[in-house]
Amino acid sequence: MTPMTSDLAIETSGLVKTFGDTRAVDGVDLAVPAGGVYGVLGPNGAGKTTTIRMLATLLPPDGGTAYVLGHDVVHEAAQVRSRVALTGQFASLDEDLSGTENLVLIARLQGYSRSAAKQRAAELLEAFDLTAAARKQVKAYSGGMRRRLDIAGSIVVRPDLMFLDEPTTGLDPRSRNQVWEIVRALVRAGTTVLLTTQYLEEADQLADRIAVIDHGRVIAEGTSGQLKASVGSGAVKVRVADPTDRPALATLLAESLDAEPVLDSDPASLSFRVADPTVVAGALHRAGEHGLLISEYSLGQPSLDEVFLALTGRPAEETAPATNDPTRPTAEEVPA
Amino acid sequence: MTTTTRADTTSSQPPALDASVIAAVGGAERPRHAGPVGASMTYGWRALLKIKHVPEQLFDVTMFPIMFTLMFTYVFGGAMAGSPGEYLQYALPGILTQTVVFITMYTALTINTDIEKGVFDRFRSLPVWRPALLVGALLGDALRYVIASAVVLTVGLAIGYRAPGGVLGVVAAVALLVLFCVALTWVWLIVGLKVRTPNAVMGTSMMVLFPLTFVSSVFAPPETMPGWLQAFVDVNPVTLLVEAARGLMNDAADGGDILLVVLLSAVITAVFAPIALRLYNNKT
Repeated sequence: MTPMTSDLAIETSGLVKTFGDTRAVDGVDLAVPAGGVYGVLGPNGAGKTTTIRMLATLLPPDGGTAYVLGHDVVHEAAQVRSRVALTGQFASLDEDLSGTENLVLIARLQGYSRSAAKQRAAELLEAFDLTAAARKQVKAYSGGMRRRLDIAGSIVVRPDLMFLDEPTTGLDPRSRNQVWEIVRALVRAGTTVLLTTQYLEEADQLADRIAVIDHGRVIAEGTSGQLKASVGSGAVKVRVADPTDRPALATLLAESLDAEPVLDSDPASLSFRVADPTVVAGALHRAGEHGLLISEYSLGQPSLDEVFLALTGRPAEETAPATNDPTRPTAEEVPA
Repeated sequence: MTTTTRADTTSSQPPALDASVIAAVGGAERPRHAGPVGASMTYGWRALLKIKHVPEQLFDVTMFPIMFTLMFTYVFGGAMAGSPGEYLQYALPGILTQTVVFITMYTALTINTDIEKGVFDRFRSLPVWRPALLVGALLGDALRYVIASAVVLTVGLAIGYRAPGGVLGVVAAVALLVLFCVALTWVWLIVGLKVRTPNAVMGTSMMVLFPLTFVSSVFAPPETMPGWLQAFVDVNPVTLLVEAARGLMNDAADGGDILLVVLLSAVITAVFAPIALRLYNNKT
């Protein structure tokens, strides 16, 4: 098979990777358009990292085909490598070296002269707010600093396609916003970004299209709007001041919202999935008229959990590595 | 549609990254990536930087040699050769050889530790000749071998060793040792790529290195050993290496031994380098 169209940055067909008896990636089909951000959403162990490692030529596929920027990842790995960059889930940095040395090292390997490498390193450190830590060993960096340095390392030469594997997992909101900012700047400069995430909000903020992966398969694909439409357009969460009011409120709102109430473990709160968010305000108003005191409410987008529940009939947590289902070890944790 | 009751976290704007980020992101030229030699040298530079930042890693190449030299000279010297001084004359070339052969295993340790870290993925996703990382490690190791040799020779000199072969003989002996050990390093790279944890690397290497270095002519003349052991000593490559080095340092260079060591190094490299490179390329 040859790539059908050149405006696809990534095209995979039936991609498979097995580790022992585990099919970590079990027939993934992706068509990622060039330009913009493509999000791959899924819980731990869904096969996201394994898929990215195959696309970045770090792991040979056991089945199927994958074309990255028009090149076969198996037979034209060198061409792929010269145009992509990878920022892994765990910082791909040499912890013993300083920030500057890490960047100079990558720049030298990319072909920069000694002085040009130093200059480029300084420029990137400045842009990513790392100048003060430039001479410190990466060991001493915070999570957010590592992540920024890691991304800087990936764009010493701006790649045509960049893989970002869970770029904000474990970051505080400020660092997360900085990473998002950098991703947006990359896209503006013309890089296609493939981003994996466990957070629907992140995919929503950044990605033009999203593939939802579970158990090594793509179970849904589309824009964020399309995905959310599949689970109802929003979730209403309500908390009553007095838990004894909850049953009455549940009945009342169920009727006016035309939705099933979901009773949370918190005895004072309940939630609804609504198709039409415009009726919410009126419904809450009616509750007040009935003397039901609401202490807190929110109308938000469905969570990854809810998307998963809608798509698979079970919450995302069930696939997380915390469960002890022996037949489904997490792909990400299979020793490399 | 956003949350109405809680503060929206995205409203806490990041510091003014945007303009400089966009400039930095867009402004990169795209040079031709480094060739095999350039990339190997760059990785070798990385090995030097690591020595600079983590000088503790030189303990093994400095403390071991000092300990070995002093211990063997003063503990066994009197019993073996009548006096520590006389034994030193015999044993120092051997101790030098043993020290350098011993520290070759740290290559396995280094590569094994590297693979566990994410930086291995970074290097392998770069468009440079992949084995450059291994060659660079080899260059760094060669430097460690030279440092270790210098330490042994300095200690030896300080406690009375004098090389009849002079500076030239000593330099030639060290060069021969480094040549052989760099070849041997390919074997350790295979171990480092195959074995799961750094601890396992240590265990495996001790099991190989102890008999290999002790059951040789490093510490005692083989003539004093039982016949069956002599048979092993005779085919032990370390014996060959020691004899060649000893010859050079004692101003009694044996051209045949030296040639054999060079040949052996070439054969080891020819056999094990391709295996190491293959393993490395397929490492996932």
